[in-house]
Amino acid sequence: MPEQSYIRVAAPRQRIFFISIGVAFLFLFLLSRLWYLQVIQSEKLKTMSENNRLRFVPVASSRGVLLDRNGKVLVDNSPSFSLALIPQDVRDKDALLEKLATILGLDRRELQEKWEKGKGRAKYFPIIVAAGLSRDQLEFFEENSLWLPGIDIEMKPIRQYPHGTLAAHLFGYLGEITEGELGRTEFAEYNPGDYVGKSGVERSWESYLHGDDGGRQIEVDARGRFLRTISETAPTVGHSIMLTIDEGLQKTTEKALGDKAAAAVVMDVNNGEILAFASNPTFDPALFTGRMPVDTWKGYLEDKRHPLENKALKGQYPPGSTFKIVTALDGLEEGLIDEHTSVNCSGEYTLGKNTFRCWEKKGHGKVDLKRALKESCDVYFYQLGERLGVDKIAAYARQFGLGETLGVGLENEKSGLIPTAAWKEKRFGKKWYRGETLPVSIGQGYVLTTPIQLASMMATVANEGTVYRPHLVKKVVDRDGRTIKEFAPEVLRRTRFSAEQFRLVKEGLLAVVNEPRGTGAGARLYEVKVAGKTGTSQVVKMRDGKGDIPYQYRDHALFVAFAPYDKPEVAVAVVIEHGEHGGGAAAPVAGSILRHYFESKGGIKKPVRGAGIEVDDADGGQPAEKSQGE
Amino acid sequence: MIDRRLVTNFDWKLLIMILLIAAVGVMNIYSASASYKVVGTPYAVKQIYWVAAGMILAVLSCSIDYHLLEDLAYWLYGGVLVLLVLVLAVGRTSMGATRWLNLGLFTLQPSEPMKIVIIVTFARYFARRPYPDGLSLSELAVPLLILGLPALLIMKQPDLGTAIIVLLVAGTIMLAVGVRWSTFAYLLLATVPVGYLGWQFYLREYQKNRILNFLNPERDPLRSGYHLIQSKIAVGSGGLAGKGFLHGTQSQLRFLPEQHTDFAFSVFSEEWGFIGCLLLLVLYFLLILWGLAIADRCNDRFGSLLAVGVTAMLCWHIVINIGMVIGLFPVVGVPLPFFSYGGTSMVTSMIGIGILLSIRTRRFMF
Repeated sequence: MPEQSYIRVAAPRQRIFFISIGVAFLFLFLLSRLWYLQVIQSEKLKTMSENNRLRFVPVASSRGVLLDRNGKVLVDNSPSFSLALIPQDVRDKDALLEKLATILGLDRRELQEKWEKGKGRAKYFPIIVAAGLSRDQLEFFEENSLWLPGIDIEMKPIRQYPHGTLAAHLFGYLGEITEGELGRTEFAEYNPGDYVGKSGVERSWESYLHGDDGGRQIEVDARGRFLRTISETAPTVGHSIMLTIDEGLQKTTEKALGDKAAAAVVMDVNNGEILAFASNPTFDPALFTGRMPVDTWKGYLEDKRHPLENKALKGQYPPGSTFKIVTALDGLEEGLIDEHTSVNCSGEYTLGKNTFRCWEKKGHGKVDLKRALKESCDVYFYQLGERLGVDKIAAYARQFGLGETLGVGLENEKSGLIPTAAWKEKRFGKKWYRGETLPVSIGQGYVLTTPIQLASMMATVANEGTVYRPHLVKKVVDRDGRTIKEFAPEVLRRTRFSAEQFRLVKEGLLAVVNEPRGTGAGARLYEVKVAGKTGTSQVVKMRDGKGDIPYQYRDHALFVAFAPYDKPEVAVAVVIEHGEHGGGAAAPVAGSILRHYFESKGGIKKPVRGAGIEVDDADGGQPAEKSQGE
Repeated sequence: MIDRRLVTNFDWKLLIMILLIAAVGVMNIYSASASYKVVGTPYAVKQIYWVAAGMILAVLSCSIDYHLLEDLAYWLYGGVLVLLVLVLAVGRTSMGATRWLNLGLFTLQPSEPMKIVIIVTFARYFARRPYPDGLSLSELAVPLLILGLPALLIMKQPDLGTAIIVLLVAGTIMLAVGVRWSTFAYLLLATVPVGYLGWQFYLREYQKNRILNFLNPERDPLRSGYHLIQSKIAVGSGGLAGKGFLHGTQSQLRFLPEQHTDFAFSVFSEEWGFIGCLLLLVLYFLLILWGLAIADRCNDRFGSLLAVGVTAMLCWHIVINIGMVIGLFPVVGVPLPFFSYGGTSMVTSMIGIGILLSIRTRRFMF
């Protein structure tokens, strides 16, 4: 082909037009793709870009501590290390879980379950799969984190109990938040894996104790390296709760109860503050935050003495003869008796076809109010009760707050039971028989009270008529020591009894502890005048208490007291399940509690050597009393 | 010496268009490199130098009569081809590729001038040969040889991006010349075995990965597929209006690779959104149409084909770069003309513009 300069043949004119069209299509192609990404997919990609650069690092808060009334630490926190997985960094989930299960010696399914539970949230949010790592495990994970992509060690403060099982029922225990709880509005801010109070103060005061987890939102670059903190919410440490209880007194109280199934409450009679609150046997609250050994758990459940039950608050016992205080005041108020009114006790009292026996089979002979209280004569109160009628007894009992919850501030407080004719009608559809009133007048029959109610009742007797709300929390303090909330004594009601009526009854109660033939000599302190009342309440009706009665059928032993007699400060209620005799089993316990109280106040000198309760020689040998219905 | 007609007929509009794009580019480089710790002159400032140097080069190339190129075409072709061979023999290797020749005073990347030289050579070759019925297969033999030698040498470096550009630009010139439908069919048939052989024996592992990752970016989200995903996230998260200047999180936090060079458009679209992208694309489209109009108005076949070639070179850079950034094409290292940071690309593109200006300015001369 001959070369030809500047040919005009087939100039690319038409083709240039087509090329322009082609270019237009290419640009439209680019634009439509841009539209797809920047408009249609925009939201999704925006989220991805956010996730790209933002990481959330949770910072665990610590729970508020529990203090005793003097500011001594009762429950605090110590660091615990947990193994967490960060979903977005986990490459091969199954292989990782398998490996971790082997390393931790746990069931793979357990880890899987935790993973599934936590997976719903953001991919960068750590899921805790194992808590409470040992030092060895911690070291292992720190050294090998490179080979286990996606793992992370989280430090979390957990509850520590420097006093072991002390006041376990009062403090309560913590547990991992359940799915049901997570659904409730009060737990809206909580995350799976968080610990919440499951019982006691931990539960009732959860909203104060719980600190808010903080977190840092950090920006990272393409390699996940920290660049800067975008926003930071510092964890807020939970508020501390200063309880009304006294650490030393609490310890003494628990020690005095020994290994018996029992409860004791000590209360300040002038403001309702609970100074000691014990329920025996107890449990170890620390086990609930870690891994509870199966045997221990089974042991708790199978123990007939019910270690997990808060007996001081939820144990409902017939008050037995301690209820005679109420009956006596009722009689005085109604004008049915005065201090000289006397009754002849032959050892039994007959009403219609039924015979009601006094615990003293020989009979007390001629008894007036003081002696009836001191020696706990049943016949005196049978007669009085019969004249009062059940509804009057109930009305007066309610003035003490018996038969109703006092609003102590713990969950599931029990109300006890003060029967009335209407109650029976409603409950059983049967009318009330006069004969049923007689056991009620000595605190048997249908009557049920809780130890805390008994302590409150005794406090009211001591302060002559004011029913304070028993309470456990003195104040709520924030981490800087500022008081958030303080609890002033709250008067629930005032009884209608006069000072004179109280004086008469209190004289009887003083005699119970301090005079010959008094049933409560076991609580006697020589330096301080103690007034009290014993009670022995039937668990089952027994024809005769001879021979060995199986433990679970033995009578409960009760003792209520206050001291000092002249200027009352403190009231005590002690219930010993199946302790048989109020005077023998419960009174000495109350005695040692009161001894500690006054010793620590400097009111009495400490005994030289183990001189605990050597005072009851005069009456110690004698079985205290035992009331028998029908 | 300078013809007065050069001044009166000078195509100021084209120059202004280029300056506008370059200005946006500089601004974008400023943002893209804002997170860098640079010792010495910042990238944006250096880019301004490059734009200025490019402008001078463009005006200089404009002042030269492009017909000189027609006479020198084969000499230029031969010279750059020798340089390409030399690159493979004694070139400087960096990051697994041997692309640079150390010429003492500066390093040269011969594949860049080859982009222009192949255009000149093709224009020269086709200018004197009319194909009234379009190119037949046998008539393609010589042009394919002319194209194949440099293309294979460039791919050997390896520089897939430049090789593809060279192939596409040459192909576009051939389209402008005219190609028979039967030739298309044969070529299409040939792609299957050539593609297979190329995949098996020619492409490097990383190039294969790029292609595979393009087809399935989730294949390796942390390594080679990473750039693609991050770039898509950047573009998409810009949304309609963008995150604002200096506020693109993807770029400011350096999730984007090569964000001031090849992925500069990604930074731009994150910060300026679809609206910004649309405006930029319109600018580019006008530039391309302008180039094609110059080809259209040119009265000689060499000039016309030269203009088509230069315009095609710019156009394919734009389409491939943007297409790669938004996930339409595999990641091949192709810069966005006048926009990406870098002197090499700027020089090549500006020389191209100089040639266009030269053709435009002299349109009435012949």
